[in-house]
Formats: sequence, structure tokens, C-alpha cells
Amino acid sequence: MAVLTYIQAITQAMKEEMQQNEKVFVLGEDVGVKGGVFKATEGLIEEFGEERVIDTPLAESAIAGVGIGAAMYGMRPVAEMQFADFIMPAVNQIISEAAKIRYRSNNDWHCPIVIRAPYGGGVHGGLYHSQSVEAVFANQPGLKIVMPSSPSDAKGLLKAAIRDEDPVLFFEHKRGYRLLKEDVSEADDILPIGQAAVKKEGSDVTIITYGLCVHFAQQAAEKLESEGVTTEILDLRTVYPLDQEAIIAAASKTGKVLLVTEDNKEGSIISEVSAIINEHCLFDLDAPVRRLAAPEVPAMPFAPNLEKEFMMNPEKIERELRDLASF
Amino acid sequence: MDNEQNKLVENHELLLEMYREMLRARRIDERMWILNRSGQIPFVVSCQGQEVSQVAAAFALDKDQDYALPYYRDLGVVLHFGMTTKELMLQAYGKADDPNSGGRQMPNHFGQKKNRIVTGSSPVTTQVPHAAGFALASKMEKKQAVSFVTMGEGSTNQGDFHEGLNYAAVQKLPVIFMVENNKYAISVPLNKQIACAKISDRALGYGMEGITVDGDDPFAVYKAVDEARKRALHHEGPTLIETVSNRLTGHSSDDNHLMYRTEEELDEAKEKDGIIQFKEYLKEQQILTDEKETEMEAEIKQEINEATEYAENASYADVTTLAHYVYSQEEAK
Repeated sequence: MAVLTYIQAITQAMKEEMQQNEKVFVLGEDVGVKGGVFKATEGLIEEFGEERVIDTPLAESAIAGVGIGAAMYGMRPVAEMQFADFIMPAVNQIISEAAKIRYRSNNDWHCPIVIRAPYGGGVHGGLYHSQSVEAVFANQPGLKIVMPSSPSDAKGLLKAAIRDEDPVLFFEHKRGYRLLKEDVSEADDILPIGQAAVKKEGSDVTIITYGLCVHFAQQAAEKLESEGVTTEILDLRTVYPLDQEAIIAAASKTGKVLLVTEDNKEGSIISEVSAIINEHCLFDLDAPVRRLAAPEVPAMPFAPNLEKEFMMNPEKIERELRDLASF
Repeated sequence: MDNEQNKLVENHELLLEMYREMLRARRIDERMWILNRSGQIPFVVSCQGQEVSQVAAAFALDKDQDYALPYYRDLGVVLHFGMTTKELMLQAYGKADDPNSGGRQMPNHFGQKKNRIVTGSSPVTTQVPHAAGFALASKMEKKQAVSFVTMGEGSTNQGDFHEGLNYAAVQKLPVIFMVENNKYAISVPLNKQIACAKISDRALGYGMEGITVDGDDPFAVYKAVDEARKRALHHEGPTLIETVSNRLTGHSSDDNHLMYRTEEELDEAKEKDGIIQFKEYLKEQQILTDEKETEMEAEIKQEINEATEYAENASYADVTTLAHYVYSQEEAK
């Protein structure tokens, strides 16, 4: 065991997979000599050379598209989008191509690519370095979307994503990169994609969330613990396709559900979670399902007070939690 | 004329084989129109007028090593890479045994892994970065293979054209980009599509070789692709080839091209039809006899008749398979 930050765990996952399988390679802007703008690929070019750690031209559709071609060939590309906000030029490649290659070819071809991208705010990134883009991709069968909340999960899930036979979007919270740290196993642990995880057991209220918000939810839940309110926290981990069974179990357990996302509310991941609960848990609910999300504005502003107003935090969750517990 | 071209000119067997492949593509395409107009199949998108470029280019490749990333008109390319007439008819009817997609995609969305034909979609030009990806992978694996990707000239205005060509050029990847310039993007003529004189002029900006050839001249196309392949395998980078020919039909069975083309223009295009020119050349050179031609036509006709009947009687995919192969494993839930 060693204490790793969230970003070190990500680097470690890529490094281990590259050591084990020579078909794994990384490509993206600044991933080579610089080691990535956040240093996620730090040290990889020294160990694996520029043939497997490729600094690409500044062209996101090519990063995705070249990766998709190499994946169809039989390689295991890990493509980096410098910021999730900049994935938009690659959307056609991801949705029209990667997501549909297996289905459209009737299983003749497939596309085992991983596309990593830092998402999320709270880092003074303004409108275009702060976005949560998962909902854009979360109704595209053929894709999987993973959003880990801790260093251990990040490592185990990224390794699983690289070994997965289908395209995986892997969104990493950039504020979590150095904020989150914990003991991470040095073993070759793989976590299953598609499975949510109970991060905290409780019996009064349930929070269902993902990514950095899991961390905020844990802080909020601790506050209420001293007042005798215990919270069940379910971390979705894979936000598409959703782990319906785990959602139903967690919602039914307490009957009071708070859904949290950093993204804006309408059409978000938690809206789909709410729909699943409504379809399956009517007689187990003791209160209306609540959604705590960002306001309906395009993205979070740069000015610190405006950013803070937009951004999710433990206090906002605590307030909702307290209100819901007393319902 | 250089050595390679001389070799081709003197190889009468190969020339006849090339002619036969072009003719087969044309006759299959013509049959599909008949089937469409008689209500048997819902859609056709045609290769007519571009068979010479497609077949000549494909013959200059190594179909056992190279990867083809064709676009929807490339019947001539996929035939040479090994797709059969029967398989082409199965995809035209959208039947279960269509190797391209099992009837999931519209016709001419080619893909067949065993024949190194990479699956494609309808949004044009997405295959261009894929070709760079295949070339990157085969270079990493030190294979003597190139990726051969085609598109219409309209596609050269897409972002993926720029991103794909630039990427391949920077990394000197073994790719052959072949633009089949038929002078129309559905109804939009060339002068409304580009401001440069030739599509191949764009190569200069990427730092790669660019060449424009007469797409109706099989010798010129063969030579351009053969040289591009050698360049690619000698780590000298990709090549942009533009083959200029004419589209002899509407964009598809849903398009009436007389809305935007004149009868005179079409008549002129038909006179320049590369297949007819090639046939005349082969006859002049006494490589193709009338007897041989009749025999060839009869064989092809029989092959198409059998394929059509087979495809017509074949089954559609069972509706219970609708959810199969969204992801790996048995996803038939």
C-alpha cells in the first residue's frame, strides 16, 4: 500500500497497463514531453518512449478518430482530451463512430478505446475549463461512462476501462486530482465497470451521486451523524449504463433519496436515476425524490463569488440532507 | 511510361481481370437500380462512373496486407478486396447474412473484417482519421501494410479531412488518401465547394505529395497508387491522390440529378465513361475479343442473377436480435 493522490493513481493505472500489454499506448495534446497539463502522463514517455506516448497535433477529432482506427486494428489506445470542455470537436467520432462500431458491423468490428478527460469546476476555470459533459454522452448505447470518486476507484476502474472490449469515456474530476488521496493497493486490482458502490452505510437518508460530489456528500453526512441522522451513500461510479439494481436497493433502504450532481439539473444523470427510482420504488419511498444540482446556466463563471454560487459543496448538500431527514 | 506502367500494359491477363472487375461493379450497380425502381429494394447509392478509379487503385494495393476504408460509392474497391456479388446483394436487401452489418446499415456502408474492409458510417469523412489510426497501428507493429482511404471531393471540406491528413503527414504514416472527384456533392458543383484549382493542391499545406489524375485512365490511377504505396512503405509519408471522373447517376435513388445537371452534360460524361474507353483500348490492342466480352457479360449476368435470387429469398435478421452486440458478450437482454 502507498498513499496516492487521485491523479497519481491514474498515472499508475496507465503505467501498469502499458507494462503488461504492449498494445496499450497513450495519445493526446502535451501528454508526452510535458507529461500532460495536469501531469497525468508524467514519466510515461521516459519509460515507454515517444512511439507509445504520442504528442499529437492540437486536433481533438483526430485524437479520438486516430485512436478509434488504432482500436479497430487491435491496439488499446488511451486518448486524452486536455479538458472535457474540449471534447466537443470529437463528439462525431465518439457518438457516430466509437459507440456504434460493434452494433453497426453486427459484431464484426469493435472499438476498445479509452478517452480520458478532466471535468468539473472549482478551479477558477471559467466556462470552458469547468464543465461536466457526461450528460451529452449518456444516452448513447455502445458507450460506457466512468467517473471515479477516489484514488483506489480511479486506478481499478481505469485499468478495467483499458481492458474493456468497448469504448469507455473516463471523466476525472480535476479538482480531485490533488485533493483526494488515500492508500491504494499496489496489486493488479480491477474494479468492474457498470457497478455502483455503497461508500457509506446508513439508515435514515440515501444520497446517490458520483465523482467529486461523493467526497462532498461524505463530508455532509459526517456533520449529520453527530445529530443521529445516518446516511447511506451510493457512488454510481459508472454513470452510463446505470447500475439499476444498486440504485433501487439504495433508494428502497431508507425511503428518502437525495440525488446530487455538479452538472445542471435538467436532462442530467441524476434525472435518469430519479426516473429509475420512480419506476421501481413507489411503495418504498417516504418522501419525494430530491435533486440537488447546478442552476440552469450554461457553465460556471470565472469570478470567484459566481463560481462558488454555481459549484456544489458540502454545505449545500448538508442543508438539503437536513431538510430531507426531517420530512 | 515507366517500368511499372509498362509491366501493367504488357500484363494482358491482369488488364482483363481489371476490366472484368470494373464491368462486374457496373453490372451489379445497374441491377440494384432495376431492383430499386421495381420496388424490390429501398435504396441505391451508385458507383457508376467511378469504377475505373476504384478498381485500378485496388489492384495497385496488396489486399492481403493493406486495409481499405472505402466510402459508399466504392463497390469496385470492396469487390477487389473480396466481397462477393452475393454478399453485395444481401446488403442491398438488408438481409441477416449481409457481412457488412447483418442488415443494420443502409446499403453501401461497407465493412468486412476478414477482407480488411473497415466498417464505415453515413456522416462523411469520419473514416479519414481512422485510416491514420490503422496506419499508426501497423507502423507500431512494424507491418508492411498501408491504409487506403477514399472519399468524395465534398468530404475534403470537412474538419476530419484536415485533421486526418495533417496527423498522418506529421507522423509520416503509411496512408493513401484517394479523393474520387466526381464534381458534385449531391447537387453542389465543384465551384461552390472549393476555391483552389485542384483538390490535390491541398496536399502542399500538409507537407505531403499530392497528385491529380484522370480517374477514367486505369494506367494513371494504378501508377499513382502504386507510387504512393511505395512511398508509404519507405516511411516517406502519406499521399493525396485526386482521381477526376464523372458521376453517371443521381447522388442516390432518391435524387433526380436533372434538377441540377443538363442532358448535354450527362451525355458528355457518358461518352467519357472510363469503362467504355478501357474496353475500346483492350479491343484495339486485341486483348479483349468480342467473343471473350460476350462470355464475360454472360458469366457476370448469371452470377448477378443467382446472387439476386439468393438475397431475395434470404431471411431478415430475427427481431429478437435487435439488442445484440451493443456491447461485447451476450448482451441479448
